[in-house]
Amino acid sequence: MSDLLNLLKSNARLTNAQLADMLGKSEAEVASEIAALEQKGVIRGYTAIINEELTDNTEVEALIELRVTPKRDTGFDDIAKTIMLYDEVESVSLMSGKYDLALTVKGKSLKEVAMFVSQRLSAMDGVLATATSFVLKRYKEKNILIEEEERDERSMVW
Amino acid sequence: MNYDNLIAKRVGKIKPSGIRRFFDLAATMDNVISLGVGEPDFSTPWSIRKEAIDVLERKKIVYTANSGMQQLRESIARYLERSIHTSYDPTHEIVVTVGGSEAIDIAIRAVVDPGDEVLVVEPAFVCYSPIVEMACGVPVPIQTKAENHFKLTADELREKITDKTKLLVLPYPNNPTGAIMTREDLEAIAEVLRGTDILVLSDEIYCEMTYGRKHCSIAEIDGMRERTILVNGFSKSYAMTGWRLGYVCAPAPLTTQIVKIHQYIIMSAPTVSQYAAIVALEECDAEVEHMIKEYNLRRRYLVEAFNRIGMTCFNPEGAFYVFPSIQCTGMTSEDFCEKLLEEEHVAVVPGNAFGECGEGFVRVSYAYSLKHLMTAVERITRFLERHGGKA
Repeated sequence: MSDLLNLLKSNARLTNAQLADMLGKSEAEVASEIAALEQKGVIRGYTAIINEELTDNTEVEALIELRVTPKRDTGFDDIAKTIMLYDEVESVSLMSGKYDLALTVKGKSLKEVAMFVSQRLSAMDGVLATATSFVLKRYKEKNILIEEEERDERSMVW
Repeated sequence: MNYDNLIAKRVGKIKPSGIRRFFDLAATMDNVISLGVGEPDFSTPWSIRKEAIDVLERKKIVYTANSGMQQLRESIARYLERSIHTSYDPTHEIVVTVGGSEAIDIAIRAVVDPGDEVLVVEPAFVCYSPIVEMACGVPVPIQTKAENHFKLTADELREKITDKTKLLVLPYPNNPTGAIMTREDLEAIAEVLRGTDILVLSDEIYCEMTYGRKHCSIAEIDGMRERTILVNGFSKSYAMTGWRLGYVCAPAPLTTQIVKIHQYIIMSAPTVSQYAAIVALEECDAEVEHMIKEYNLRRRYLVEAFNRIGMTCFNPEGAFYVFPSIQCTGMTSEDFCEKLLEEEHVAVVPGNAFGECGEGFVRVSYAYSLKHLMTAVERITRFLERHGGKA
Protein backbone atom coordinates (compact mmCIF):
# COMPACT_ATOMS: atom_id res chain seq x y z
CA MET A 1 0.00 0.00 0.00
CA SER A 2 1.21 3.52 -0.69
CA ASP A 3 2.63 5.69 2.08
CA LEU A 4 -0.22 8.11 1.47
CA LEU A 5 -2.87 5.46 2.16
CA ASN A 6 -1.00 4.24 5.23
CA LEU A 7 -0.90 7.75 6.63
CA LEU A 8 -4.59 8.31 5.99
CA LYS A 9 -5.36 4.98 7.60
CA SER A 10 -3.52 6.03 10.72
CA ASN A 11 -5.09 9.49 10.78
CA ALA A 12 -7.55 10.63 8.14
CA ARG A 13 -7.53 14.17 9.48
CA LEU A 14 -3.98 14.97 8.43
CA THR A 15 -4.16 18.05 6.24
CA ASN A 16 -2.91 17.97 2.68
CA ALA A 17 -0.12 20.32 3.76
CA GLN A 18 1.01 17.94 6.51
CA LEU A 19 0.79 14.95 4.19
CA ALA A 20 2.78 16.82 1.58
CA ASP A 21 5.58 17.53 4.08
CA MET A 22 5.73 13.93 5.23
CA LEU A 23 5.74 12.49 1.75
CA GLY A 24 8.09 15.03 0.18
CA LYS A 25 5.42 16.12 -2.31
CA SER A 26 3.54 19.33 -3.01
CA GLU A 27 0.17 20.06 -1.52
CA ALA A 28 -1.40 20.07 -4.98
CA GLU A 29 0.05 16.64 -5.79
CA VAL A 30 -1.37 15.21 -2.58
CA ALA A 31 -4.76 16.77 -3.22
CA SER A 32 -4.99 15.29 -6.70
CA GLU A 33 -3.77 11.87 -5.56
CA ILE A 34 -6.45 11.76 -2.88
CA ALA A 35 -9.09 12.92 -5.33
CA ALA A 36 -8.04 10.15 -7.73
CA LEU A 37 -8.13 7.53 -4.96
CA GLU A 38 -11.63 8.64 -3.99
CA GLN A 39 -12.77 8.68 -7.60
CA LYS A 40 -11.45 5.18 -8.26
CA GLY A 41 -13.16 3.98 -5.10
CA VAL A 42 -9.92 3.00 -3.38
CA ILE A 43 -10.83 5.30 -0.52
CA ARG A 44 -14.40 4.47 0.44
CA GLY A 45 -14.88 6.85 3.32
CA TYR A 46 -13.47 8.47 6.45
CA THR A 47 -14.69 7.72 9.95
CA ALA A 48 -13.76 8.43 13.55
CA ILE A 49 -12.72 5.87 16.13
CA ILE A 50 -14.80 6.50 19.21
CA ASN A 51 -14.73 5.20 22.75
CA GLU A 52 -18.46 4.56 23.00
CA GLU A 53 -18.20 4.15 26.76
CA LEU A 54 -17.69 7.88 27.03
CA THR A 55 -20.74 8.74 24.93
CA ASP A 56 -24.42 8.35 25.75
CA ASN A 57 -24.67 5.54 23.22
CA THR A 58 -26.04 2.44 24.95
CA GLU A 59 -26.21 0.24 21.85
CA VAL A 60 -24.85 -3.28 21.99
CA GLU A 61 -22.71 -4.91 19.36
CA ALA A 62 -22.38 -8.55 18.40
CA LEU A 63 -20.14 -10.64 16.20
CA ILE A 64 -22.15 -13.17 14.28
CA GLU A 65 -20.70 -16.19 12.55
CA LEU A 66 -22.84 -17.53 9.74
CA ARG A 67 -22.63 -20.82 7.93
CA VAL A 68 -24.41 -20.61 4.58
CA THR A 69 -24.88 -22.66 1.42
CA PRO A 70 -23.25 -20.93 -1.53
CA LYS A 71 -25.29 -20.54 -4.70
CA ARG A 72 -24.28 -22.32 -7.86
CA ASP A 73 -23.34 -19.26 -9.97
CA THR A 74 -22.80 -16.44 -7.54
CA GLY A 75 -21.25 -18.27 -4.58
CA PHE A 76 -21.55 -16.28 -1.37
CA ASP A 77 -22.05 -12.89 -3.02
CA ASP A 78 -25.85 -13.02 -3.28
CA ILE A 79 -26.49 -13.80 0.33
CA ALA A 80 -23.80 -11.37 1.52
CA LYS A 81 -25.39 -8.63 -0.54
CA THR A 82 -28.82 -9.33 0.89
CA ILE A 83 -27.48 -9.25 4.44
CA MET A 84 -25.69 -5.97 3.75
CA LEU A 85 -29.03 -4.29 3.08
CA TYR A 86 -29.98 -4.34 6.78
CA ASP A 87 -29.02 -1.15 8.59
CA GLU A 88 -28.34 -3.17 11.74
CA VAL A 89 -25.45 -4.90 9.97
CA GLU A 90 -22.27 -2.81 10.23
CA SER A 91 -19.86 -5.13 8.48
CA VAL A 92 -19.94 -8.31 6.43
CA SER A 93 -16.87 -10.36 5.53
CA LEU A 94 -16.39 -13.66 3.77
CA MET A 95 -14.16 -15.87 5.89
CA SER A 96 -11.99 -18.92 5.49
CA GLY A 97 -12.30 -21.56 8.19
CA LYS A 98 -15.20 -23.05 10.09
CA TYR A 99 -17.83 -20.56 9.07
CA ASP A 100 -18.46 -18.50 5.97
CA LEU A 101 -19.63 -14.99 6.81
CA ALA A 102 -18.68 -12.80 9.75
CA LEU A 103 -21.01 -9.93 10.59
CA THR A 104 -21.01 -7.20 13.14
CA VAL A 105 -24.48 -6.18 14.13
CA LYS A 106 -25.62 -3.31 16.33
CA GLY A 107 -28.87 -2.95 18.23
CA LYS A 108 -30.46 -1.13 21.13
CA SER A 109 -30.39 -4.17 23.41
CA LEU A 110 -29.24 -7.77 23.60
CA LYS A 111 -32.79 -8.80 22.94
CA GLU A 112 -33.10 -6.67 19.84
CA VAL A 113 -29.95 -8.16 18.35
CA ALA A 114 -30.99 -11.68 19.30
CA MET A 115 -34.36 -11.16 17.66
CA PHE A 116 -32.70 -9.79 14.54
CA VAL A 117 -30.56 -12.89 14.29
CA SER A 118 -33.35 -15.36 14.87
CA GLN A 119 -36.04 -13.66 12.83
CA ARG A 120 -34.08 -12.13 9.96
CA LEU A 121 -30.79 -13.95 9.53
CA SER A 122 -31.68 -17.51 10.51
CA ALA A 123 -34.81 -17.33 8.43
CA MET A 124 -32.93 -16.50 5.24
CA ASP A 125 -32.66 -19.08 2.50
CA GLY A 126 -29.28 -20.75 2.54
CA VAL A 127 -28.39 -19.88 6.15
CA LEU A 128 -27.43 -23.13 7.87
CA ALA A 129 -26.32 -21.95 11.30
CA THR A 130 -25.55 -18.81 13.28
CA ALA A 131 -23.42 -18.15 16.36
CA THR A 132 -23.79 -14.85 18.18
CA SER A 133 -21.16 -13.37 20.51
CA PHE A 134 -21.70 -10.01 22.18
CA VAL A 135 -18.89 -7.51 22.43
CA LEU A 136 -18.24 -6.74 26.08
CA LYS A 137 -15.35 -4.35 25.82
CA ARG A 138 -13.24 -2.85 23.09
CA TYR A 139 -9.53 -2.56 23.77
CA LYS A 140 -8.06 -1.60 20.44
CA GLU A 141 -9.52 -0.68 17.09
CA LYS A 142 -7.71 0.12 13.83
CA ASN A 143 -4.46 0.11 15.75
CA ILE A 144 -5.71 2.72 18.21
CA LEU A 145 -6.04 2.00 21.93
CA ILE A 146 -9.59 2.72 23.03
CA GLU A 147 -9.16 3.42 26.71
CA GLU A 148 -5.60 4.17 27.65
CA GLU A 149 -3.24 6.65 26.10
CA GLU A 150 0.05 5.03 25.28
CA ARG A 151 2.49 6.23 27.89
CA ASP A 152 6.06 7.16 27.12
CA GLU A 153 8.09 5.00 29.47
CA ARG A 154 11.40 6.37 28.36
CA SER A 155 13.17 8.46 30.92
CA MET A 156 14.98 11.48 29.61
CA VAL A 157 18.46 10.10 29.92
CA TRP A 158 20.02 10.34 26.49
CA MET B 1 36.35 13.11 55.13
CA ASN B 2 37.47 15.45 52.45
CA TYR B 3 36.24 13.55 49.44
CA ASP B 4 37.61 16.15 47.03
CA ASN B 5 41.11 15.00 47.86
CA LEU B 6 40.16 11.37 47.46
CA ILE B 7 38.45 11.49 44.10
CA ALA B 8 40.75 10.70 41.17
CA LYS B 9 41.64 14.06 39.63
CA ARG B 10 41.00 13.05 36.07
CA VAL B 11 37.52 11.86 37.04
CA GLY B 12 36.77 14.88 39.20
CA LYS B 13 37.37 17.26 36.34
CA ILE B 14 35.06 15.47 33.90
CA LYS B 15 32.01 17.63 33.28
CA PRO B 16 28.58 16.06 33.75
CA SER B 17 26.72 15.59 30.47
CA GLY B 18 25.06 18.77 29.18
CA ILE B 19 22.05 16.73 28.12
CA ARG B 20 21.62 15.48 31.65
CA ARG B 21 21.54 18.93 33.24
CA PHE B 22 18.84 20.04 30.87
CA PHE B 23 16.66 16.98 31.39
CA ASP B 24 16.81 17.47 35.14
CA LEU B 25 15.30 20.90 34.60
CA ALA B 26 12.57 19.48 32.34
CA ALA B 27 11.75 16.84 34.94
CA THR B 28 10.66 19.55 37.39
CA MET B 29 7.81 20.66 35.09
CA ASP B 30 4.39 19.27 34.28
CA ASN B 31 2.87 18.75 30.87
CA VAL B 32 6.23 18.79 29.13
CA ILE B 33 6.28 17.69 25.50
CA SER B 34 9.70 16.23 25.05
CA LEU B 35 11.61 15.99 21.81
CA GLY B 36 14.69 15.20 23.78
CA VAL B 37 14.98 11.47 24.04
CA GLY B 38 17.61 9.68 21.97
CA GLU B 39 16.05 6.24 21.88
CA PRO B 40 13.44 4.68 19.60
CA ASP B 41 9.78 5.05 20.57
CA PHE B 42 9.03 1.66 19.01
CA SER B 43 8.86 -1.45 21.13
CA THR B 44 11.39 -4.16 20.48
CA PRO B 45 9.90 -6.35 17.70
CA TRP B 46 7.82 -9.14 19.20
CA SER B 47 9.81 -12.04 17.74
CA ILE B 48 12.89 -10.76 19.60
CA ARG B 49 11.01 -10.45 22.89
CA LYS B 50 9.44 -13.86 22.41
CA GLU B 51 12.85 -15.43 21.93
CA ALA B 52 14.00 -13.89 25.22
CA ILE B 53 10.93 -15.26 27.01
CA ASP B 54 11.51 -18.73 25.54
CA VAL B 55 15.16 -18.66 26.50
CA LEU B 56 14.28 -17.70 30.07
CA GLU B 57 11.90 -20.65 30.23
CA ARG B 58 14.14 -23.24 28.62
CA LYS B 59 17.76 -22.45 29.30
CA LYS B 60 20.12 -21.85 32.12
CA ILE B 61 21.20 -18.25 31.92
CA VAL B 62 24.92 -18.66 32.36
CA TYR B 63 27.93 -16.60 31.22
CA THR B 64 28.77 -16.90 27.55
CA ALA B 65 32.23 -16.91 26.02
CA ASN B 66 34.00 -13.62 26.77
CA SER B 67 33.60 -12.35 23.23
CA GLY B 68 29.98 -13.45 23.08
CA MET B 69 28.11 -16.51 21.82
CA GLN B 70 29.77 -17.92 18.72
CA GLN B 71 26.38 -18.19 17.00
CA LEU B 72 25.69 -14.51 17.60
CA ARG B 73 29.13 -13.52 16.32
CA GLU B 74 28.47 -15.55 13.19
CA SER B 75 25.16 -13.74 12.72
CA ILE B 76 26.93 -10.42 13.16
CA ALA B 77 29.55 -11.40 10.60
CA ARG B 78 26.83 -12.30 8.08
CA TYR B 79 25.01 -9.06 8.80
CA LEU B 80 28.16 -6.99 8.19
CA GLU B 81 28.80 -8.92 5.01
CA ARG B 82 25.39 -8.06 3.61
CA SER B 83 25.12 -4.51 4.98
CA ILE B 84 28.62 -3.09 4.51
CA HIS B 85 30.17 -5.81 2.34
CA THR B 86 33.02 -6.30 4.80
CA SER B 87 34.21 -9.62 6.21
CA TYR B 88 35.01 -10.09 9.86
CA ASP B 89 36.14 -13.41 11.29
CA PRO B 90 33.52 -14.25 13.93
CA THR B 91 36.02 -16.14 16.06
CA HIS B 92 38.79 -13.56 16.25
CA GLU B 93 37.53 -10.19 15.09
CA ILE B 94 34.18 -9.60 16.82
CA VAL B 95 33.55 -8.89 20.51
CA VAL B 96 29.98 -8.63 21.85
CA THR B 97 29.66 -5.84 24.42
CA VAL B 98 27.26 -4.20 26.85
CA GLY B 99 25.81 -1.74 24.36
CA GLY B 100 27.74 0.40 21.91
CA SER B 101 28.89 2.38 24.95
CA GLU B 102 31.10 -0.34 26.33
CA ALA B 103 32.40 -1.01 22.84
CA ILE B 104 33.52 2.62 22.56
CA ASP B 105 35.11 2.55 26.00
CA ILE B 106 37.15 -0.62 25.59
CA ALA B 107 38.18 0.26 22.05
CA ILE B 108 39.55 3.61 23.19
CA ARG B 109 41.24 2.15 26.25
CA ALA B 110 42.87 -0.57 24.17
CA VAL B 111 44.69 1.89 21.93
CA VAL B 112 45.18 5.18 23.79
CA ASP B 113 48.38 5.77 25.76
CA PRO B 114 48.82 8.80 28.05
CA GLY B 115 49.34 11.88 25.90
CA ASP B 116 47.95 10.35 22.72
CA GLU B 117 45.69 12.68 20.81
CA VAL B 118 42.26 11.48 19.79
CA LEU B 119 40.43 13.48 17.13
CA VAL B 120 36.75 13.76 17.98
CA VAL B 121 34.45 14.95 15.22
CA GLU B 122 31.96 17.40 16.73
CA PRO B 123 29.07 17.92 17.24
CA ALA B 124 28.98 14.38 18.59
CA PHE B 125 27.45 12.16 21.20
CA VAL B 126 28.79 13.18 24.59
CA CYS B 127 30.78 10.12 25.64
CA TYR B 128 33.92 10.15 23.50
CA SER B 129 35.97 12.93 25.10
CA PRO B 130 35.35 11.86 28.73
CA ILE B 131 36.33 8.29 27.85
CA VAL B 132 39.51 9.53 26.17
CA GLU B 133 40.29 11.63 29.24
CA MET B 134 39.80 8.67 31.55
CA ALA B 135 42.30 6.80 29.40
CA CYS B 136 44.68 9.78 29.96
CA GLY B 137 44.49 10.67 26.28
CA VAL B 138 43.92 14.13 24.91
CA PRO B 139 40.65 14.72 23.06
CA VAL B 140 41.09 17.10 20.13
CA PRO B 141 37.76 18.32 18.77
CA ILE B 142 37.31 18.77 15.05
CA GLN B 143 34.51 21.25 14.57
CA THR B 144 32.39 20.49 11.56
CA LYS B 145 30.26 23.18 9.97
CA ALA B 146 26.61 23.67 9.15
CA GLU B 147 27.54 24.87 5.65
CA ASN B 148 29.04 21.41 5.01
CA HIS B 149 25.97 19.77 6.55
CA PHE B 150 28.20 18.76 9.46
CA LYS B 151 30.22 16.30 7.42
CA LEU B 152 33.92 15.91 8.18
CA THR B 153 36.04 17.34 5.37
CA ALA B 154 39.55 16.27 4.43
CA ASP B 155 40.92 19.76 5.18
CA GLU B 156 39.41 19.88 8.65
CA LEU B 157 40.96 16.50 9.38
CA ARG B 158 44.39 17.32 7.94
CA GLU B 159 44.58 20.50 10.00
CA LYS B 160 44.29 18.65 13.31
CA ILE B 161 46.66 15.77 12.66
CA THR B 162 49.93 15.91 14.62
CA ASP B 163 52.59 13.31 15.29
CA LYS B 164 50.70 12.48 18.49
CA THR B 165 47.44 11.64 16.73
CA LYS B 166 46.48 8.05 17.53
CA LEU B 167 42.79 7.79 16.70
CA LEU B 168 40.00 9.48 14.79
CA VAL B 169 36.48 9.11 16.19
CA LEU B 170 34.09 9.11 13.27
CA PRO B 171 30.46 9.09 14.45
CA TYR B 172 28.22 8.82 11.37
CA PRO B 173 25.23 8.71 10.89
CA ASN B 174 25.57 11.45 13.44
CA ASN B 175 23.92 12.12 16.75
CA PRO B 176 22.99 15.05 17.13
CA THR B 177 23.05 16.47 13.59
CA GLY B 178 21.60 13.63 11.50
CA ALA B 179 24.52 14.08 9.09
CA ILE B 180 25.85 11.13 7.13
CA MET B 181 29.10 10.51 5.25
CA THR B 182 28.65 9.20 1.72
CA ARG B 183 31.16 6.94 0.00
CA GLU B 184 32.68 9.99 -1.76
CA ASP B 185 32.96 11.87 1.54
CA LEU B 186 34.71 8.86 3.09
CA GLU B 187 37.05 8.44 0.10
CA ALA B 188 38.37 11.94 0.78
CA ILE B 189 38.95 11.10 4.47
CA ALA B 190 40.61 7.81 3.53
CA GLU B 191 42.97 9.71 1.23
CA VAL B 192 44.22 11.73 4.22
CA LEU B 193 44.60 8.66 6.43
CA ARG B 194 46.36 6.41 3.93
CA GLY B 195 50.04 6.13 4.70
CA THR B 196 49.56 7.26 8.33
CA ASP B 197 49.26 5.02 11.40
CA ILE B 198 46.07 6.70 12.54
CA LEU B 199 43.28 4.38 13.62
CA VAL B 200 39.58 5.11 13.10
CA LEU B 201 36.86 4.42 15.64
CA SER B 202 33.77 4.31 13.45
CA ASP B 203 30.64 4.50 15.58
CA GLU B 204 27.91 3.20 13.28
CA ILE B 205 25.16 2.64 15.83
CA TYR B 206 22.68 4.52 13.59
CA CYS B 207 23.71 2.64 10.42
CA GLU B 208 20.21 1.33 9.69
CA MET B 209 18.73 4.81 9.98
CA THR B 210 19.52 6.40 6.67
CA TYR B 211 16.97 7.86 4.33
CA GLY B 212 17.19 7.68 0.58
CA ARG B 213 20.53 5.90 0.44
CA LYS B 214 22.27 3.03 2.20
CA HIS B 215 24.86 3.59 4.89
CA CYS B 216 28.49 3.29 3.82
CA SER B 217 31.17 2.34 6.35
CA ILE B 218 34.72 3.62 6.24
CA ALA B 219 35.77 -0.04 6.57
CA GLU B 220 34.46 -0.52 3.01
CA ILE B 221 36.94 1.99 1.57
CA ASP B 222 40.20 0.66 0.13
CA GLY B 223 42.90 0.24 2.76
CA MET B 224 40.68 1.36 5.65
CA ARG B 225 39.52 -1.94 7.16
CA GLU B 226 42.97 -2.60 8.63
CA ARG B 227 42.82 0.64 10.64
CA THR B 228 39.11 0.67 11.49
CA ILE B 229 37.57 -0.25 14.82
CA LEU B 230 33.91 -0.65 14.00
CA VAL B 231 31.36 -0.09 16.77
CA ASN B 232 27.73 -1.02 16.37
CA GLY B 233 24.84 -2.36 18.43
CA PHE B 234 21.22 -3.35 18.65
CA SER B 235 19.81 -0.38 20.58
CA LYS B 236 18.78 1.87 17.74
CA SER B 237 18.30 -0.45 14.75
CA TYR B 238 16.14 -2.96 16.59
CA ALA B 239 14.72 -0.67 19.30
CA MET B 240 16.61 -2.64 21.95
CA THR B 241 18.13 0.12 24.09
CA GLY B 242 17.41 -1.50 27.45
CA TRP B 243 18.79 -4.85 26.35
CA ARG B 244 22.29 -3.34 26.49
CA LEU B 245 23.94 -5.10 23.60
CA GLY B 246 26.53 -3.92 21.12
CA TYR B 247 29.68 -5.12 19.46
CA VAL B 248 33.09 -4.06 18.30
CA CYS B 249 34.88 -5.42 15.23
CA ALA B 250 38.51 -4.90 14.32
CA PRO B 251 41.55 -6.77 13.00
CA ALA B 252 42.53 -9.59 15.38
CA PRO B 253 45.63 -7.90 16.88
CA LEU B 254 43.31 -5.15 18.16
CA THR B 255 40.39 -7.34 19.31
CA THR B 256 42.84 -9.57 21.22
CA GLN B 257 43.63 -6.57 23.41
CA ILE B 258 40.07 -5.21 23.45
CA VAL B 259 38.68 -8.53 24.68
CA LYS B 260 41.22 -8.52 27.52
CA ILE B 261 39.66 -5.37 28.97
CA HIS B 262 36.18 -6.75 28.34
CA GLN B 263 36.88 -10.02 30.16
CA TYR B 264 38.15 -8.25 33.28
CA ILE B 265 35.44 -5.61 33.58
CA ILE B 266 32.38 -7.35 32.13
CA MET B 267 33.13 -11.06 31.60
CA SER B 268 30.34 -11.43 29.05
CA ALA B 269 27.44 -9.38 27.74
CA PRO B 270 23.90 -10.23 28.97
CA THR B 271 23.11 -13.79 27.88
CA VAL B 272 19.36 -13.39 27.31
CA SER B 273 20.03 -10.36 25.14
CA GLN B 274 22.56 -12.30 23.09
CA TYR B 275 20.04 -15.03 22.25
CA ALA B 276 17.46 -12.40 21.35
CA ALA B 277 19.96 -10.51 19.18
CA ILE B 278 20.41 -13.55 16.94
CA VAL B 279 16.69 -13.36 16.13
CA ALA B 280 17.04 -9.63 15.52
CA LEU B 281 19.80 -10.16 12.95
CA GLU B 282 18.29 -13.22 11.29
CA GLU B 283 14.57 -12.46 11.23
CA CYS B 284 13.78 -8.79 11.69
CA ASP B 285 14.68 -7.03 8.44
CA ALA B 286 11.00 -6.30 7.73
CA GLU B 287 10.44 -4.77 11.17
CA VAL B 288 13.49 -2.56 10.74
CA GLU B 289 12.28 -1.46 7.34
CA HIS B 290 8.91 -0.55 8.81
CA MET B 291 10.48 1.57 11.53
CA ILE B 292 12.74 3.38 9.07
CA LYS B 293 9.78 4.19 6.85
CA GLU B 294 7.95 5.68 9.80
CA TYR B 295 11.00 7.71 10.90
CA ASN B 296 11.32 9.04 7.38
CA LEU B 297 7.78 10.46 7.36
CA ARG B 298 8.43 12.23 10.64
CA ARG B 299 11.81 13.46 9.46
CA ARG B 300 10.39 15.07 6.33
CA TYR B 301 7.57 16.60 8.31
CA LEU B 302 9.94 18.22 10.82
CA VAL B 303 12.47 19.48 8.28
CA GLU B 304 9.70 21.22 6.33
CA ALA B 305 8.09 22.58 9.47
CA PHE B 306 11.31 24.02 10.89
CA ASN B 307 12.41 25.59 7.64
CA ARG B 308 8.96 27.15 7.27
CA ILE B 309 9.07 28.89 10.65
CA GLY B 310 12.60 30.19 10.21
CA MET B 311 14.59 27.57 12.12
CA THR B 312 16.59 26.62 9.06
CA CYS B 313 17.94 23.12 8.84
CA PHE B 314 19.68 21.07 6.18
CA ASN B 315 18.22 17.77 5.07
CA PRO B 316 19.56 15.27 7.63
CA GLU B 317 19.90 11.89 5.95
CA GLY B 318 20.62 9.77 9.00
CA ALA B 319 19.87 8.85 12.63
CA PHE B 320 16.62 10.23 14.09
CA TYR B 321 17.51 13.83 14.78
CA VAL B 322 17.14 17.15 13.06
CA PHE B 323 19.48 19.95 14.04
CA PRO B 324 17.82 23.27 13.21
CA SER B 325 19.48 26.66 13.62
CA ILE B 326 18.02 29.06 16.17
CA GLN B 327 19.90 32.06 14.81
CA CYS B 328 16.66 33.91 13.94
CA THR B 329 15.90 34.25 17.64
CA GLY B 330 19.26 35.79 18.53
CA MET B 331 19.42 33.54 21.60
CA THR B 332 22.12 31.15 22.70
CA SER B 333 21.22 27.47 22.51
CA GLU B 334 20.85 27.20 26.26
CA ASP B 335 18.68 30.34 26.50
CA PHE B 336 16.50 29.09 23.70
CA CYS B 337 16.00 25.71 25.31
CA GLU B 338 15.32 27.12 28.75
CA LYS B 339 12.82 29.68 27.46
CA LEU B 340 11.11 27.15 25.22
CA LEU B 341 10.77 24.85 28.19
CA GLU B 342 9.46 27.58 30.49
CA GLU B 343 7.08 29.23 28.03
CA GLU B 344 5.82 26.35 25.93
CA HIS B 345 6.87 23.29 27.93
CA VAL B 346 8.72 21.75 25.01
CA ALA B 347 12.06 20.08 25.70
CA VAL B 348 14.77 20.04 23.05
CA VAL B 349 18.50 19.72 23.70
CA PRO B 350 20.90 22.66 23.28
CA GLY B 351 23.36 22.01 20.46
CA ASN B 352 26.38 23.05 22.49
CA ALA B 353 25.87 19.98 24.72
CA PHE B 354 27.48 18.11 21.80
CA GLY B 355 30.50 20.36 21.37
CA GLU B 356 31.13 24.08 20.98
CA CYS B 357 30.31 24.12 17.29
CA GLY B 358 26.79 23.00 18.16
CA GLU B 359 26.14 26.48 19.58
CA GLY B 360 23.35 28.18 17.68
CA PHE B 361 21.54 24.90 17.06
CA VAL B 362 19.23 22.56 18.94
CA ARG B 363 18.81 18.82 18.70
CA VAL B 364 15.30 17.65 18.01
CA SER B 365 14.59 13.94 18.17
CA TYR B 366 11.87 12.43 16.02
CA ALA B 367 11.66 9.21 17.95
CA TYR B 368 8.12 10.27 18.76
CA SER B 369 4.69 9.70 17.23
CA LEU B 370 3.53 12.09 14.51
CA LYS B 371 0.75 13.27 16.80
CA HIS B 372 3.30 14.19 19.45
CA LEU B 373 5.53 15.93 16.90
CA MET B 374 2.61 17.97 15.58
CA THR B 375 1.71 19.26 19.03
CA ALA B 376 5.35 20.18 19.60
CA VAL B 377 5.60 22.00 16.27
CA GLU B 378 2.47 23.99 17.12
CA ARG B 379 4.03 25.11 20.38
CA ILE B 380 7.41 25.90 18.84
CA THR B 381 5.70 27.91 16.11
CA ARG B 382 3.96 30.00 18.77
CA PHE B 383 7.26 30.47 20.55
CA LEU B 384 8.98 31.62 17.37
CA GLU B 385 6.19 34.13 16.68
CA ARG B 386 7.09 35.83 19.93
CA HIS B 387 10.85 35.53 19.51
CA GLY B 388 11.77 36.67 16.04
CA GLY B 389 10.97 33.74 13.75
CA LYS B 390 9.19 34.34 10.48
CA ALA B 391 6.18 32.27 11.50
